[in-house]
Order: sequence, then structure tokens, then C-alpha cells
Amino acid sequence: MSVVITQVFNGFSLGSILLFVAIGLAVTFGLMGVINMAHGELIMVGAYMTYVVQQIFAKYAPQSMGYYFFIAIPVAFFVSALLGWGLEKILIRHLYHRPLDSLLATWGVSLILQQIARTIFGAPNVAVLPPEWLDGGVRIAGVVFPYKRLFILVFVILSIFALYIYLTKTPAGRRIRAVTLNRDMASCLGISTRKVDAYAFAIGSGFAGLAGCALTLLGPIGPTIGTYYIVDAFMVVILGGVGKLIGTVLGAFGIGLVSTLMEYSTSATMAKVMMFALIIAFLQWKPSGLVSVKTRSLD
Amino acid sequence: MTKKGWLYWLFFLALFAAPFYLTEFRLSLLGKFLCFAMIAIGISLIWGYTGILSLGHGVYFGLGAYCMAMYLKLESSHGRLPDFMEWSGVHQLPWFWKPFEHPLVAISSAIIIPVLLAAFLSYFTFKNRIKGVYFSLLSQAVVVVFVTLFIGKQEWTGGTNGLTNFSTVFGFPLSSPFTQIILYWITVCLLLLIFLFSRWLTVSRFGRVLVAIRDGENRVRFLGFNPTTYKVFVYSLSAAFAALAGIMFVLQVGLISPAMMGIIPSIEMVLWVAVGGRSSLIGAVIGAIVTNSAKSFFSENYPDIWLLFLGGLFIGVVMFLPNGLAGVYQSFKQRKGQREGKTHEAGSHVSRSVGGF
Amino acid sequence: MKPVLMCREVSVDFDGFHALQGVNLEVYPHEVRFLIGPNGAGKTTLLDVICGKTRACRGKVLFYSHDITKMPEHKIVRLGVARKFQSPSIFHQLTVWENMELALKQDRGLFAVLRAKLSREDRDTIIAVLQRIQLFDYAEQKAGSLSHGQKQWLEIGMQLIQFPQLLLLDEPIAGMSEAERERTGELIHEIARNCAVVIVEHDMDFVRRFSKQVTVMHEGKVLCEGTMEDIQKNEKVVEVYLGREEKAC
Repeated sequence: MSVVITQVFNGFSLGSILLFVAIGLAVTFGLMGVINMAHGELIMVGAYMTYVVQQIFAKYAPQSMGYYFFIAIPVAFFVSALLGWGLEKILIRHLYHRPLDSLLATWGVSLILQQIARTIFGAPNVAVLPPEWLDGGVRIAGVVFPYKRLFILVFVILSIFALYIYLTKTPAGRRIRAVTLNRDMASCLGISTRKVDAYAFAIGSGFAGLAGCALTLLGPIGPTIGTYYIVDAFMVVILGGVGKLIGTVLGAFGIGLVSTLMEYSTSATMAKVMMFALIIAFLQWKPSGLVSVKTRSLD
Repeated sequence: MTKKGWLYWLFFLALFAAPFYLTEFRLSLLGKFLCFAMIAIGISLIWGYTGILSLGHGVYFGLGAYCMAMYLKLESSHGRLPDFMEWSGVHQLPWFWKPFEHPLVAISSAIIIPVLLAAFLSYFTFKNRIKGVYFSLLSQAVVVVFVTLFIGKQEWTGGTNGLTNFSTVFGFPLSSPFTQIILYWITVCLLLLIFLFSRWLTVSRFGRVLVAIRDGENRVRFLGFNPTTYKVFVYSLSAAFAALAGIMFVLQVGLISPAMMGIIPSIEMVLWVAVGGRSSLIGAVIGAIVTNSAKSFFSENYPDIWLLFLGGLFIGVVMFLPNGLAGVYQSFKQRKGQREGKTHEAGSHVSRSVGGF
Repeated sequence: MKPVLMCREVSVDFDGFHALQGVNLEVYPHEVRFLIGPNGAGKTTLLDVICGKTRACRGKVLFYSHDITKMPEHKIVRLGVARKFQSPSIFHQLTVWENMELALKQDRGLFAVLRAKLSREDRDTIIAVLQRIQLFDYAEQKAGSLSHGQKQWLEIGMQLIQFPQLLLLDEPIAGMSEAERERTGELIHEIARNCAVVIVEHDMDFVRRFSKQVTVMHEGKVLCEGTMEDIQKNEKVVEVYLGREEKAC
């Protein structure tokens, strides 16, 4: 029994990490349709920002080290968002009608960001010490639930909830949805689509920063941490169905649970191989997430 | 022969003569780049002509190289178990390694396995009308599958180190300059064949179907063509080119590892083509040579800024040179043509197609 | 006489929206049939179903004796059904000549195309059609550089050269000048000598001038059929169609 609980918890935990790296993409790729290969590097930026905030605390306010994380969260969000905003303004704006090209250009951006990180922080991984109050775990029915994992799970649920409220209940969020649903119509109604694009992209990038912040709790971080997650993140969004937040949530937890299950019965490597093969096969079977809305025009 | 035709032959002649004017080290680099040029031609066919962006060609290249490397490894082990297997505690040669003792089996499976994989994958994907960036991302997922598998199954594939330490091929020592020059010449010949074949494809009606698919796949359906067949064919063909490149690569470089077939090399392959000009075959060849020369120049002299340069290249080419070097050459020629008042270019085409009339 | 096209009780649902509800339509050889009706009546959807772009969820579409309800698009085309879309769907990166060459009636299999050469006969056919649609002088231009009307004609030319037995046209005269409209109307009747034509058209003057048989559609159903005169007298039509126009004014 405790094995089952552990596995299910591990599944949800992995799912929560996948969901975190994919939330931002659900906005930039899912809603806006931009392929941002530098998404992983925006995660990396968030992670390094957490590291920087921690270093500052360690130097100037060692007595309040326990709270550095609460400062790191908004810092990571805003730095990544600002970077995303700039990226949209300078580069992506010109490539909205050339998705394949935006894929290549943002890949270039990701290489540059990686190199910059390497120059500033050095090539080896750096460790971020999690706040002490996240050490240990709670023991229920003979199973230990580490606080860090629980914290990430709660953190991601709050984030996705905030994003949902933002998109559906605030005027700014509704403008984003209006533009992504029908750009021409929205612009006729007096919405500045350019502003909304930049804004939405910044929001998506900010969530990447949050993901980076969360990842520091799991282990050391390095310049290539983004590359490690980028393909997974895209798979989550595609599997869930492009343009639907709930799909991304289901996709992330689905992949998390199935991979942990397979990891339990085989090995970590084979689980990853089988998971990806399964996703590819599933999308062949049911490309519904992939096909666009029915229209009259050809192509 | 046209002026352009002469330039092509001159280019290939210069490649043939390379052993006479390049040092051994530079020649081995060039041999490697020409393998990359083969891949680039294939990518130009699918991306530049047909509009399919594959981020998975590292896999086809890698599978071709691994199949060849398995033969080389067995030949170099002289009937004993390959060294890495012993280190991993394997006592018997796995069954699927056995057929690779025969060179013909190894070479033919080096082509057939990648082509079958490409055909299988592309048939279902294209039949289900998955295209554009979705196909690109799926092909990237395929890379993840294979790289993870090849690293994980260390006892069968050599893990992260890959397959290396070969001594001979068909009894000839791989390290001797003579063997290397012969291998280089074979590479040039194969590249020439691939180039001529692809050129024949693109100037024929088949090539126009490809361009039509790029312009509007659904419209092609309503002219009675089945785009799936064409896309699967051209995608598998480009996989065959990549596999062939893999064979020649492993023969000349003497090493294949998962890092050479991963996500980053796969996307770099696309960059070569973007630099040269995506819908120009000769552009793809030149792009592969130029980009890789730049890479070895930077990594020899300024390793730190190579990534910055590479990243800048991705952005710069996409933003400012969407047609690559070939596009620059063409617009230069056009400007020159306009200056000299040569505007009968278009007219000469009419007389060609309506020639018999 | 056997009908070229027979639609029996064709229905289409788009996520719960009933775009077509049991449509019956028969078209005979050499007929020029106009489909009219207010926006959202299902005219374009009906053409989509016939050419295979949209699948009918109920009902049958017969082309002569072939059941084409579930056939893939390219096979329907190969049987002899040509479709012209609302917006010109030509290949902008290819020349006018190359566009025509692709549209030629030919074996469209992969290996046939690999071996294909332009025969003298094909060349003459292309030249003849290009002259008929007045695009011969533009043969070597990229199709993307043509004017809107010329693009429409190029597409009609690309349907012509397939020598179809059934031609489906969706608003062929949209964006054309008066002279071009006239010429297109004549062209359609020339075409009808060898094949049946189904046209969706909004322009009532054009319909009046060039139609014999008209089918009126409304809310996914066929309202009535007949000559333009009959239809103008039909009260139901006046109510849903003309009545609406008056309201709009």
C-alpha cells in the first residue's frame, strides 16, 4: 500500500515540475502560437535569479535567510518577464507569420543566454540552499512526503490558479484571450494587439522564471538546465492540446504519473524512452490537440 | 554548358583535387564537412523545397554511423568481444550485433534502418496531417528517445563514449593517409551523386510538386496529388542521405557518440542549410562547409565566443538573410544584371518551355 | 439521363452546429447549376462535402456510380471532380506555366511524376488553355505577381485543363471587373459544353444573366429549385432571402 502511495505521490511531484516548466509555454505557445525555444533559458534565468537573491541575503542579511525565497519569487518572475518582453519587442514580433523561423531564431537566443550565464556564473553547476523550513517532511501512514516536493506542488497549483483567474477575470487577461482568439476582430474593437502580444509574452516568460525558482529546490543549477526541460515542456503542451490550460495540467500530471509507473517497473532511462515513444504514438492516434480549428480557407 | 554549370563542375573539381593542396589535418576536416554537406542537401530538399522542418536528422545520421561503427568495432576486435562490452560485464555478443560482422549487412542496414524509421514515422505523421512546428517538435522528441536509449543501454552501444577505437576497414588500416584519401574521394563522389540526383529531382515536375506542397499542401490535394506520398518519399530520401553521411563520417572520423546525434547537432544541421540558402542545393553544400569551418576556427582559437557566434548566426540568418548566402549571390547578380541592362533573363525562360512550339 | 452528381440526404455537423441537414441535389451533364442563399445557408459546405474537404456525417454523395462520400480528396479529383475555392488557391512561387503543368490531367502517382516529361500534346493543351484565359503572355511570370482577376482566371484555367466532368466553383467572379465578369460568364457556358458545373454565387445580376437552373439554400436545407423567374416568384424565397435584404437596408 505504501508503495502505491509513494509512487502516486512521486507521479504528482514529477507532474508538478513538468507543469511548472510548461505553464509559461501554455501561454506563449498554447495561446499565442509562438515557438520559443529560449523558454528553457528563461527558466534558467529564474533559477539564477534565485541564486543571486540567496547570495545577497547570505552576505547582507544572514539572519533572515529563511525568507529569501519569498523575495526570490517576484524577482525571478519579473526578470524573466522583462527579458521575455524585450525578446518579443526585438525578435519575435517580426516572426509571427514564420513559425519555423521563430523556432530557429529563438534557439539562437537560447545559445546566447547559455553562454552569458556561463560567463557570469561559470560553467559548473551552482547549488542554491533551500530555506531551512523546507527541510524534512511529513510522515503519513508510513510514507514520508518531503516538504520541498509538497511546496512545489502547492506553488504550481497556486500559479496555475492565478494564471487562470488572470486570463478569465481581469480585463487585461481578457484582452489577451481576445487577441489570441481573433486578432483582427480584437484590433477592430480598439485593442492594441502589439501591446497585448508583448504583454502576454512577458507573462508567459515570467512563469518560466517561477519554474526556475522552483527548480532550485530540487538540486544544483547550471547554464544548460533549460535544455534539459525544453523538449519535455513542449511535449506537455502539445499532448494536452494547444490553447487549453486544463489540457496542459492534465498532460503534465498524466506524463508524471505514467513515467513514474514505468520507472518503477523498468529503469529511469527506459521510462523516458517509453514515455516519449508513447507520446509520439498517442499523438498519431489522436492528433486532436494538434489540428487547428476548422476554417473555410485553405492553408 | 551554362556559366553556372561550369561553376558547379569547377567547385567539385576543386574538391577532388583537395588531397594535393591540403594538409592531412585539413583534409580530414574537409572530409567531415563534406559528410555534413550530404545531410545539408537532404535538409534543403525537405525544408527549402517541401517546407518540412525536421529537427531529427541527427538520428538518421547517427543510426547510419552506428551501424557502420558496429562493423568496424567487430572487425577491430578480431573475433573477441568488443572492449566496452567486457567493461560492462557482457559475456556474449548480443544477437543483433552478430549480423554486423558482414560488411554488406552492415552497410545496407546502415541505410535501410534509418530510411525505414523515417518512412514509418513520417507516414503516420503526415497521414494524420500533422505538420509545421508540430512535426518539428515531434521529430525533436524522436531525438530524445534515441539519445536516451543509446546512452542508457551502455552495454550494447558504448554509452556516452559511443563506439570508437577502430583499427581497420576491409583490412586496410584506417589511420594510413592512403586509406583516408581514398575515403575522402569516395565521399566527394557520393556527394556529387547526391547533388546531381537531387538537382534532377528539383528541376523536374516532381520538384514543382514539392514546391507546390510547400506553398499550399491542401491545394495540391485538389489537383489530384496525394501530398502524403510525396512528403514521405522526400523525407525518407533525406534520411537516406543523412545515413550515407553517417557511414562516411564514422569511417573518416573514427568515432560516433550520442552527443553527435543529439538535439543540438540536429538543429545545427538546419543552420548549415539556413546559412547557405534553404532552397538552394549548392547553397546547402557551401553552407555546411562554411559554417563548420567557422566552427572549427572559433573552437580552435576562441572557444568561449563560439556559442555566442552560433546563436547570433541563427538570429542573423533568420532575420536578415532568409535566403542565406545563395540569396545574397542572387540579389547581387540581379543588381549587376540591372546595371548592365540585361533584362532578357525572363524572356529566355519562355523560349525554353515553349521551345517546341 | 443519368445524373453526374447525386447528393442524398447529406448532413454535416460542426461541433453541434447543423451546417447541412439532409440536402438532396442532382446535377445532370452539361448543366450549369447555381447555388444561392443567404450567408450561412451551407452552400460552401455542400461544395466542401462533394469534393471531400468536409466529411458528411450522414447521407451519400454519388459521382456517376462512384460513391465518393468517404473517398480522400485527391482520389475524388482523379475521378474528374474539380474544385475552385473562394480565394484564389494557386501556387504563388511557381510560374503560371508551372501551375498549369501541375494541373494537367496526368498520372499523379509518385513514380509517374518522377518520370514525367512534357509531351508535345500537353504543351499544346497548356498553350491553348492559356490563350483562352488570356494569360499566355504571362506564362513565365510567378503566379503570385498576377492581378486578382488574373489569379481567378488562372485557377479556372487550372480546373479546365483537368478536363473535369464536374466543376465546382465558389464565387468565381469575386473581385473581378465588369468586363472580366462578362468574360467569365461566357467561359463558364463554354466549359459546360463538356462538363457539369455547380456555382456558388452571391452576385444576383450575374446569376440572372447566366443561370438556367438555380437551387436556393437556407439554413442547411434546400429551399427550392427552378429557373430564376420561378424562384423570384416563390414566396418562401422572398421571405428568407429578399426579405432579409430589405431588412438589412
